[in-house]
Amino acid sequence: MPRLPVSKTPKCYVGGKFIRSESARTFALSDAAGEFFAHVPQCTRKDVRNAVEAAAKATGGWAGRSAYNRGQILYRLAEMMEPRQAELVDALKLGGASAAEARAEVAATIERIVHYAGWTDKYEQLLGGVNPVASPHFNFTVAEPMGVVGIVAPDEAPLLALVTLILPAVTPGNSVIALASESAPYPAIVLGEMLATSDLPGGVVNLLSGFRKEMVPTFATHAHIRAVGGAVNATDRKTLDEGAADSVKRVKVISADKPIDWAAGEGAVPSLYAIRDFVEFKTTWHPVGA
Amino acid sequence: MPVAAPKKSRSTSRRRPEPELIFGDLWEFDPAPESADPRLAERYQLFIGGRFVAPKSGKYFPSINPATEKPIAEIALAAAKDVDAAYAAAAEAAPRWARLPGAERGKYIYRLARLLQDRAREFAVAETLDGGKPIRESRDFDVPMAAAHFFYHAGWADKLAYAFPGADPQPHGVVGQVIPWNFPLLMLAWKIAPALATGNTVVLKPAETTSVTALKFAEIVREAGLPPGVVNIVTGAGETGAAVVNHPAAAKVAFTGSTDVGKLIMRSTAGTGKKLTLELGGKAANIVFEDAPLDQAVEGIVNGIFFNQGHVCCAGSRLLVQESVADAVLRRLRNRIDVLRVGNPLDKNTDIGAINSKEQLNKIAGLVKAGQREGAAMYQSKCRLPRTGWYFRPTLFSGVEQSHRIAREEIFGPVLSILTFRTVAEAVEKANNTAYGLSAGVWTEKGSRILKMSTALKAGVVWANTYNKFDPTSPFGGYKESGFGREGGKHGLADYVKLT
Repeated sequence: MPRLPVSKTPKCYVGGKFIRSESARTFALSDAAGEFFAHVPQCTRKDVRNAVEAAAKATGGWAGRSAYNRGQILYRLAEMMEPRQAELVDALKLGGASAAEARAEVAATIERIVHYAGWTDKYEQLLGGVNPVASPHFNFTVAEPMGVVGIVAPDEAPLLALVTLILPAVTPGNSVIALASESAPYPAIVLGEMLATSDLPGGVVNLLSGFRKEMVPTFATHAHIRAVGGAVNATDRKTLDEGAADSVKRVKVISADKPIDWAAGEGAVPSLYAIRDFVEFKTTWHPVGA
Repeated sequence: MPVAAPKKSRSTSRRRPEPELIFGDLWEFDPAPESADPRLAERYQLFIGGRFVAPKSGKYFPSINPATEKPIAEIALAAAKDVDAAYAAAAEAAPRWARLPGAERGKYIYRLARLLQDRAREFAVAETLDGGKPIRESRDFDVPMAAAHFFYHAGWADKLAYAFPGADPQPHGVVGQVIPWNFPLLMLAWKIAPALATGNTVVLKPAETTSVTALKFAEIVREAGLPPGVVNIVTGAGETGAAVVNHPAAAKVAFTGSTDVGKLIMRSTAGTGKKLTLELGGKAANIVFEDAPLDQAVEGIVNGIFFNQGHVCCAGSRLLVQESVADAVLRRLRNRIDVLRVGNPLDKNTDIGAINSKEQLNKIAGLVKAGQREGAAMYQSKCRLPRTGWYFRPTLFSGVEQSHRIAREEIFGPVLSILTFRTVAEAVEKANNTAYGLSAGVWTEKGSRILKMSTALKAGVVWANTYNKFDPTSPFGGYKESGFGREGGKHGLADYVKLT
């Protein structure tokens, strides 16, 4: 007699813990064949606010790590995913990807993590620097993390796009609240399980599943989210831009209305400039003299 | 019989009252007015497509000299149709300007820098007449710094690929720019120089009270032989500004001004895909630790808050003093502001000129009243003010609480709010306790503390043992509600290109 498999309750990864939505709401997810697969948390505005709290607690510690250490931790994430590719491939196939497509997306995702792991101790020398001012002052500019960053992932490439959008924010020391693909949230659930074993401190990456319509307005207006990135349609773009005005939030989204080749190059934007979107430049002056 | 003579410690010597200098007839300065001819026109037209053109409405408004309350020139009032014409000219010029080899663009910008230097004194006098700032500042800071910005950015035009490794920097197209009245020519330079260097064309609107030097700059644009339409200048008030910001042909909008207007612009451009950079208000903390060189710090505090009548977005308007030296600093500050010379901005000895407009004077007076009502202790210099013109005495408030309006709101005038702290952590906490994050100052002899403070302060510019220093190579811009984007350096350049 075949063994009855133990089915999994998908949970979101927030503050280093696996949570259901505070609302206790879920939505049913079907596999590619249309068969019931699982109930996924339908997160709410309140879940976003809770995730912001978790992220805010984590950001000081993460930003305070040495750049070398952040690089090793991101590389560790790639190490954790490499042997678990099959699980990620299955998660992507659930949303209709072919086996070959899914394998390619998982491989590209791991490559991208390794690429960004190498950026943690390098972007500063390219983005910051010493400024040759005309007066007798020593003047230098450093790139600092912004704090808590919101990411709104597109529907397609539910693993690769999500990770490509999260990495440039996390690399310079921000913590992230990411809203996963609405139509294919399961790869993000599995990603959370791998993040949990990666040495990345809890709260640095927080993943929510649910509906953009319900949560994007909170991403826009929550004053502690200092920047929003992602790939969104024109309507969500407008919502984010308008809500961002309340606290002069940085909106760094690209259009999801045109198809994006997430596998090409380093993502939609050269990676150094993707990181640049999530840093603040601080310039310090000091007189030179005895 | 005394047991032992007490060792004279630093704190006892601090208790000795500061010597006060007696100013009276002995110290009277003769008037020393700057006499260069500002070469003002009676009436200034719009500058569109390389020509000076009358506004379609035929309407003009006066530009008032705040030192005399008398008009110095008539300025064209641009309506939506004029702004349309400016954008049409800029859009027509854009492709050819972007295709021009960078070295050629650079040479045009070098010409702008040189021509501005040639006419520097004339521009300085015009700036002072129109805006009220002391001639010493317009002559020694505003105009030379504006020329330096053009010179610096000229050199970038053929080196953009080196500035952005791994990317193919491309101009946005037409950029709409709206600038404030506190540094009229300098803000124009901060906006136009990087836009031109990166291959964009420009529609710029100066503030309605200070349009004159922008229109004199248009003369320089003609003298430099810039292709028509590359720089267009439209003048008017808020409505004209809204037309510039909301024009569909603007691929990018750059604004310097108040946080309130910045938020309006964010809302009005929402969903349009326009690139946006905002340089908004500030409420900078200038932090003095007990080990700071106090005389030097006092000069820095005075420069931080009284430079340009305090009409400075990065002004050090909140003084945080360590409790142990608070009395000593306050005494020195009182003595120092008593000898600041407030008066005729054209006089070369003037330290503090005229407040830019009646409206701004009322705003400052209103906030000062609020400071008194909320219980802070006020001290004002006893200087004589001219009978006509808009002036405000240098003002200190001590005993200010974080909840007071004068500790939270941008006053944009010669008014300093003084708070105290005991520990480094408290200083950081208080300094960052604001919606703004443009700049900050730190005064201490301890190097490691400077670096700790500079890291902990949420501000785009940190001046350590100095204040209000600027340079074209040094990026300037804010954290939080002080806006986003940078001006100056390769950092500012990046905001004028698409990096793909």
